[in-house]
Amino acid sequence: MRPSVFIRLLVNGEEHALAVPAQRTLLEALRYDLGLTGSKQGCDKGDCGACTVLARERAGEGRGEAILSCITLAQDAQDLAITTIEGLAGPQGLDPVQRAFADCGALQCGFCQPGMMLSARALLDDNPKPTLPQIQEALSGNLCRCTGYTKIYEAVQVAAGLRAPAQRAPVQSERAAPSDSKAQTVKEIVP
Amino acid sequence: MSIGARFPKSDGVAKADGSGIYADDIALPRMLHAKILRSPHAHARIRGIDLGAAEALPGVVATLVGAELPLKYGVIPWTQDETALAVEKVRHVGDAVACIAAIDERTADEALRLVKVDYEVLPAVLTPEDALEHPEIKVNERAKVGNVTKHVHLQFGEVDEAVAGATAVVRETYRYAGSTHVPIEPHCAVARIDADGNLTVWSSTQIPHYVHRELSRVLGLSQSKVRVIQPLLGGAFGGKSDPFALEFCVAKLAMKTGRPVKILYTREEVFYAHRGRHPMKMDVTLALDADGRIAAVDNKILIDGGAYASFGLVTAYYAGQLLTGPYRFGTYRFDSYRMYTNKPPCGPKRGHGSVQPRFAFEVALDEAAEKLGLDPVEARRRNFIGEFVETVNGQKITSNGFLKCLELVEKASGWKERHGKLGPGRGLGVAGSMYISGTAYPVYPNEMPQSGVLVKLDRSGRVAIYSGASDIGQGVNTLLCQIAAEELHCDPYDVTVVSADTDLTPVDLGAYSSRVTYMVGIAAREACQKLAEKLRAAGGATFTEACQRAEAAEGAPLAATGGYRTEKLGGDYRGGTIGASPAYSFTAHVAEVSVDEETGIWNVERIWAAHDCGKALNPTLVEGQIEGSVYMGAAEAQMEEMVYDEKGLLFGPSLLDYRIPTSLDTPDLDSYIVESNDPGGPYGAKEAGEGPLHPAIPAIANGIHDACGIRIRELPFYPQRVLKLLRERDARREERAAS
Repeated sequence: MRPSVFIRLLVNGEEHALAVPAQRTLLEALRYDLGLTGSKQGCDKGDCGACTVLARERAGEGRGEAILSCITLAQDAQDLAITTIEGLAGPQGLDPVQRAFADCGALQCGFCQPGMMLSARALLDDNPKPTLPQIQEALSGNLCRCTGYTKIYEAVQVAAGLRAPAQRAPVQSERAAPSDSKAQTVKEIVP
Repeated sequence: MSIGARFPKSDGVAKADGSGIYADDIALPRMLHAKILRSPHAHARIRGIDLGAAEALPGVVATLVGAELPLKYGVIPWTQDETALAVEKVRHVGDAVACIAAIDERTADEALRLVKVDYEVLPAVLTPEDALEHPEIKVNERAKVGNVTKHVHLQFGEVDEAVAGATAVVRETYRYAGSTHVPIEPHCAVARIDADGNLTVWSSTQIPHYVHRELSRVLGLSQSKVRVIQPLLGGAFGGKSDPFALEFCVAKLAMKTGRPVKILYTREEVFYAHRGRHPMKMDVTLALDADGRIAAVDNKILIDGGAYASFGLVTAYYAGQLLTGPYRFGTYRFDSYRMYTNKPPCGPKRGHGSVQPRFAFEVALDEAAEKLGLDPVEARRRNFIGEFVETVNGQKITSNGFLKCLELVEKASGWKERHGKLGPGRGLGVAGSMYISGTAYPVYPNEMPQSGVLVKLDRSGRVAIYSGASDIGQGVNTLLCQIAAEELHCDPYDVTVVSADTDLTPVDLGAYSSRVTYMVGIAAREACQKLAEKLRAAGGATFTEACQRAEAAEGAPLAATGGYRTEKLGGDYRGGTIGASPAYSFTAHVAEVSVDEETGIWNVERIWAAHDCGKALNPTLVEGQIEGSVYMGAAEAQMEEMVYDEKGLLFGPSLLDYRIPTSLDTPDLDSYIVESNDPGGPYGAKEAGEGPLHPAIPAIANGIHDACGIRIRELPFYPQRVLKLLRERDARREERAAS
């Protein structure tokens, strides 16, 4: 058997004592040892951002900055206070970022979303009224494949109180003149 | 009331708070983890596999080789040519060879390194041209002739005569690079077998029904003994449509060990599983008459299929059959070959089969219009096919809001004032497209409904909808809640959706061909309307009271079913039903592009996309589909390509080397919904998930032309390709100046 190391992790305000293989990543510890499956594994190489969590020094304040838990060793995270998506909602319910993502349709499959929302949270903690380029910069480490990012920006702006969710109405199409279209429906088929 | 509302997604909170369960979030007692050994060779015979050392490693519980699962499978019954693990031969780098289950992932991984495979390396064919030239190198034994998966040749009208009599003729070759889906969630499956021999497989599939059928066949279990459940799915885009090696492996290993087994693909393995966009070489002839009307389109298409058929039979048809709108073709011919090559198999990626010819056609149309001095928007308007009309290949178009789409993007982009006047280095391009809302052709021929929904009412006032459809992020479960609320006048938040569980839900054929909203929508509406009738008859001050009175009147629990029955559609010729859809969606894009003429580096500044989805059952979800589609199309134009070396090794199968756009690479997207209210669709709805991808690529190419006068006919539009064309343009200009 591989040797284990004994570690302590402070996650969402709870202290955990674990024995894990030395190579255990923080993402593995969160998902497999602590059952915090909201942090996702998309690449396991630090490329996609789905595993993003927030971290600060234990003695510090706030939630800290966004880090990639798949390229952080669990044993190296012992000095950190970590916030995962499960710890983002408070006693008052969902965080405004979570609320806005749900309201704006900023999510489709939802897989990149915990990491995306945590990056957004870190941005807003640091800069409560970001410009669009600042939002784009802050989220550039989180890949989304569903949305084209448009509604994600909207959600961050809604969470920051910079705008209300969109309410554009669809456009009705006029019927085209059918006379023209019926004229040439003859088809010729040469199999 | 509820239909057409911007109702937040029914699974929105579960996805926002991290509590939603995806396949890899499932952990069962005594669960084993398995890993698949993959081939380092593009083409090789397996002389032997020595599992001895791997089996001796502490923690290894079971092993599996191809001979234990020899039955061939595949989505399409006529082209079943895959096995879960290689039997005798590997056909691409990354092909699955053996599988090992252990107490944890790391042990399984270590054990893989101890497996010794004796390979006899065979010559490989890596391009479709080579595959044609070397029929003696047989990639896949299923091919009847050489390496051809499927050849389709269809002609409608006297094409050659029409070309001869035309005023402006374009003959060019266009090349489309292969790309892949990159769902952020890698494929994952978990299997469990109970003491009665019932097998349950949780899988990140977008088509539980076909996985169900194929698992049962390959494992030799009756279908009633197999249950497939799709948990929350982390993106698919067509990439999770096929049954994959992992589903068979976890199932077989669970049967061998009696313990639950999980496989989670690494990101690298997702690239090998592939089923992405087919590379295509297209020799296009497009002929316009003096008025700019399309007299003839002729397309010779060579398709690089990879090592297995996947949906390739359909691809060979879609490459031709889906091009015949939104414009009227005087005559049309296409000839497509889908070839086997020793590379990971291509398959259905968003806009299956038709994105590539659409690119070629829409650029060729611009080139031909230019010869006539015709404005590109006008060229498209002039060729509009109309509503309630039959295409040249016998497909019935119903509602058609294409002209409105075109007008919207023309206006929003300031086309009239800006096209041709922004340069140098900046330009606008336009393109249009059409796509199917499902197909009349079920993958296996049968008379049963393509989609079924069961709705149950409870005396508590809770509504339960049982639907086999896969919510892959597009939001069908939300639409089901909206449909229930619309018909039953219940609170949409009082609806439970039980979905994509083959034991519990009626069959739905799955999330492909943009069929779900249309077909499941019709099935759900029918079921809800039956119940609404009973509630109306019963009466009551509240919904709950009406449920109770109706149940009392019925003397039994209240439930009803609805179905979508396949219509007979399509031309009366072989292949005429493939691509025949009950309704077609239409899209128009204008792209604004900037090009740095010194470096060839270019940028999409903005894309205006208008899409006719019939009726937006939920505008927020439709906009999301449009924006996601446009993003993905622009990405293929900008940067995405599956690149292989001369030995068939995929270059950089990671998200660092295979680049997909970040927030900083994605253009500004403006989406517009056009509602043509289709007479057949549920509440007038048509598809929205795939159509809007198509025009992005040609609109960008046409925009590059407007910016700097070059025609780029090969994807991706790498800056070095653009620069080369700019230099050629400069050389031509100099020549002209000198003479």
